Amino acid sequence: MISQYDVAIIGGGNAALCAAMTAAEAGARVLILEAAPKPYRGGNSRHTRNFRCMHSKPAGPLVETYCEDEYFADLMKVTGGKTDEHLARLAIRRSEECLPWMQAHGVHFQPSLSGTLSLARTNAFFMGGGKGLVNAYYRTAERLGVEVLYEAVVTHLELEESLITRVDYTHGGAPNAISPKSVIVASGGFQADIDWLARAWGEQARNFLIRGTPYNRGVVLADLLDQGVESVGDPTQCHAVAIDGRAPKFDGGIVTRLDCVPFSIVVNKHAERFYDEGEDVWPKRYAIWGRLVAAQPDQVGYVIIDAKSLNLFMPSVFPPIKADTLEELAEKLGLPPDRLQATVAEFNAACGDTSPFHPTELDGVATAGLTPSKSNWARPITEPPFYGYSLRTGVTFTYLGLKVDENAQCSTRNGPIRNLWAAGETMAGSILGQGYLAGFGMTIGTVFGRIAGREAAAHAS
Amino acid sequence: MQAELLKEARRQAEICNACRYCEGYCSVFPALHRLRAFSDADLMQFANLCHNCRGCFYACQYTAPHEFDLNLPGILADLRQDSWEEFAWPQAPAKAFQRNGVLIALVTVLGFALLFVAARFLGPAGGEGFYAVLSHTAMVAIFAPAFLFPLLSLGVSIRRYWGETGGGSVAFSDLKGALVSAAKMKNLAAGHGEGCNFEDEDRFSHARRHAHHLVMYGFLLCFAATTSGTVMHYAFGLHAPYPLWSLPKLLGVTGGLMLTAGAFWMVRLKLRSARELGSATAWGGEMAFVVLLGFVAGSGLALYLFGQTVAMPTLLALHLGAVLAFFLLTPFTKMAHGFYRMAALVREENSKRSSS
Ligand SMILES: Cc1cc2nc3c(=O)[nH]c(=O)nc-3n(C[C@H](O)[C@H](O)[C@H](O)COP(=O)(O)OP(=O)(O)OC[C@H]3O[C@@H](n4cnc5c(N)ncnc54)[C@H](O)[C@@H]3O)c2cc1C
Ligand code: SF4
Ligand code: SF4
Repeated sequence: MISQYDVAIIGGGNAALCAAMTAAEAGARVLILEAAPKPYRGGNSRHTRNFRCMHSKPAGPLVETYCEDEYFADLMKVTGGKTDEHLARLAIRRSEECLPWMQAHGVHFQPSLSGTLSLARTNAFFMGGGKGLVNAYYRTAERLGVEVLYEAVVTHLELEESLITRVDYTHGGAPNAISPKSVIVASGGFQADIDWLARAWGEQARNFLIRGTPYNRGVVLADLLDQGVESVGDPTQCHAVAIDGRAPKFDGGIVTRLDCVPFSIVVNKHAERFYDEGEDVWPKRYAIWGRLVAAQPDQVGYVIIDAKSLNLFMPSVFPPIKADTLEELAEKLGLPPDRLQATVAEFNAACGDTSPFHPTELDGVATAGLTPSKSNWARPITEPPFYGYSLRTGVTFTYLGLKVDENAQCSTRNGPIRNLWAAGETMAGSILGQGYLAGFGMTIGTVFGRIAGREAAAHAS
Repeated sequence: MQAELLKEARRQAEICNACRYCEGYCSVFPALHRLRAFSDADLMQFANLCHNCRGCFYACQYTAPHEFDLNLPGILADLRQDSWEEFAWPQAPAKAFQRNGVLIALVTVLGFALLFVAARFLGPAGGEGFYAVLSHTAMVAIFAPAFLFPLLSLGVSIRRYWGETGGGSVAFSDLKGALVSAAKMKNLAAGHGEGCNFEDEDRFSHARRHAHHLVMYGFLLCFAATTSGTVMHYAFGLHAPYPLWSLPKLLGVTGGLMLTAGAFWMVRLKLRSARELGSATAWGGEMAFVVLLGFVAGSGLALYLFGQTVAMPTLLALHLGAVLAFFLLTPFTKMAHGFYRMAALVREENSKRSSS
């Protein structure tokens, strides 16, 4: 290791790597400080599968076209208008040139995965998923002379007036410090710090599962906010979905998702239904179920389906709990058997004509006179064997982040910090006020990572 | 079939089926994603489809230390190895040799000894060149059964495999698809065509694919050389030794060079690769097999170079001894993989056709 770096990058995920390669290509001496050990490098980026990409003609794996206005409209829909239009359009417009840039830096794409046909036009899938992408970027970065320090946890950035003068980190348990010319923060959100989550959301958050890396604990974010660096985004909010309750506390990733809710009834631990399971198609509803489950006692829910629905959704990591009777299923799931039987009987009685049933469209097969109602795919649960899954809230990321401008630069109330930039999840709140659009996280990281890398290298030279 | 292996393979396949990130790497994933539950036969078929390119290991977010502990190339290699022992006919030698390099070496030495003894006692029958050491009749008496027995044995095994995995009737297009895939080693090219992850962790490289090409095509050329020699001997009464500009020599020397170089390269690559991503228990057996193959080719070349010297009789016994061991062990060593692989590729074409 040399002592004087032009650019130090905090984090080792997609945004950090895009910034590192860009800065190194501009001639800067770059150091990546990654908190995770090598096998876990790459943060949440290692769990991703695609990025959303504008294109005016078919490109790589992407078919047809996806123009700026359509992309922006999609974004406005999911964020309910809470979007910074200027930065969002910047990310969208730049996403088109990202695809060839990514390929040139070692990323391979593949056709959209089976079961995700609806994304074939808008999202480009990484071959092997995000870890394949991360591996390719580390190879390229190392070839470009970027140095990488694993198990290097940044603890503090010393802000003096409008300049970061020192980066403190621990490595192998020992404290260290460097004074690079430029600093880029790309260390994600704070969702892995359960205490912080509990302070922000309430004590229930202790029962949440974290879908991604345990290393995104928001240490640098908190440190910068304490020093008056401008923030953005609702500090109490996080993106949360309903996942298999048996998933590990951290890093369960994509395989823990459950797509069976629309074909089920979902009950709480008292075996009572609490929300319309068939309100809309699952891709539009999975994100609200994180909150719904969070609001139930013990933050847990139970999905109940019968034999005829088993093959209607993508399989998930753990096989469902199976039983020949509802009573037995209730016992296996730890639910009150008589209550579950009553709830199912009541639901079944409210079901009507099921002949228009269509698993992939809003079919209008609804219950009558039931509260809460089920507005689509409502078929009685009658055919053994019966299956159940437990559901818990899985946090994807937090919204609170650093506020940046179009150059990815951070600021305090007194104006820009001359040598501090941020990219990726940690500044995504600057664009997305709420909601989430599949594949936009990696787009933000790639676009703003490259901008930050360029700016940081220019400042250092 | 070991129940534990199947259980572990099923557990991992179920995780992959929920993830699907590796879909584009090879033929295993599309086959896996067509199903929802996996029978033992399905898992065995995946195992024999897997070319152990290791792309899906290095790209997996769930490898150890993650608690899901994915190592699909590893478990499929173990299962594949197990299936070759299970389907072999007779089974006992497969169980003995597949994983045991020392035993393979021992058989080779026995092969040498046998040939020395044969040369000594069966001796020449007034022939020329090599036949001055061992008569043509004696050679045929030894090698015809040694060649036909493995074919019979493999025939039985592949039939069993086909029956067990529920293969249907084979269409011409199935064979064609499988041959094209094998000829290009498509499944070692990682879907994006940049090769596999073998000798240097997650770096994509064509080294293993090219080494395998050298071995495979080198072997096929040597085989063609022998076949052309046999035809010339019996159909045209043209007897060895053949001049350089003859079919057997041209094919044999080219093939021999390729096979020797390929085997040497393969050994070097294998030494640098991570053992636990293959069948770790079969490492010695595989290595011994590659060395034996290389020795067969190398000794054949040496025979060509030094065939006019006093070393010839010794070289001939060594070469023929190795060839004998190689033939006899074919159904019970790594060599069998080529046959199962072809069967699995045809089987995959077969089920693609019936599911589309
Ligand atoms: C299961 C899952 C699937 C997803 N799928 C997609 C998808 O398909 N498409 C998409 O666009 N988005 C997806 N996302 C969101 C996506 O992961 C993020 O938007 C994106 O990865 C953010 O990249 P990043 O580089 O900002 O952060 P990360 O990739 O999380 O990287 C943060 C890095 O900072 C390091 N770090 C943290 N604190 C410190 C510290 N104090 N010192 C040093 N290093 C530190 C971490 O170890 C990590 O390497 C998914 C998220 C999850 C959880
Ligand atoms: S090997 Fe890992 S990344 Fe690939 S499909 Fe299986 S679980 Fe997913
Ligand atoms: S090791 Fe290669 S060939 Fe085998 S399953 Fe994985 S990606 Fe496919």
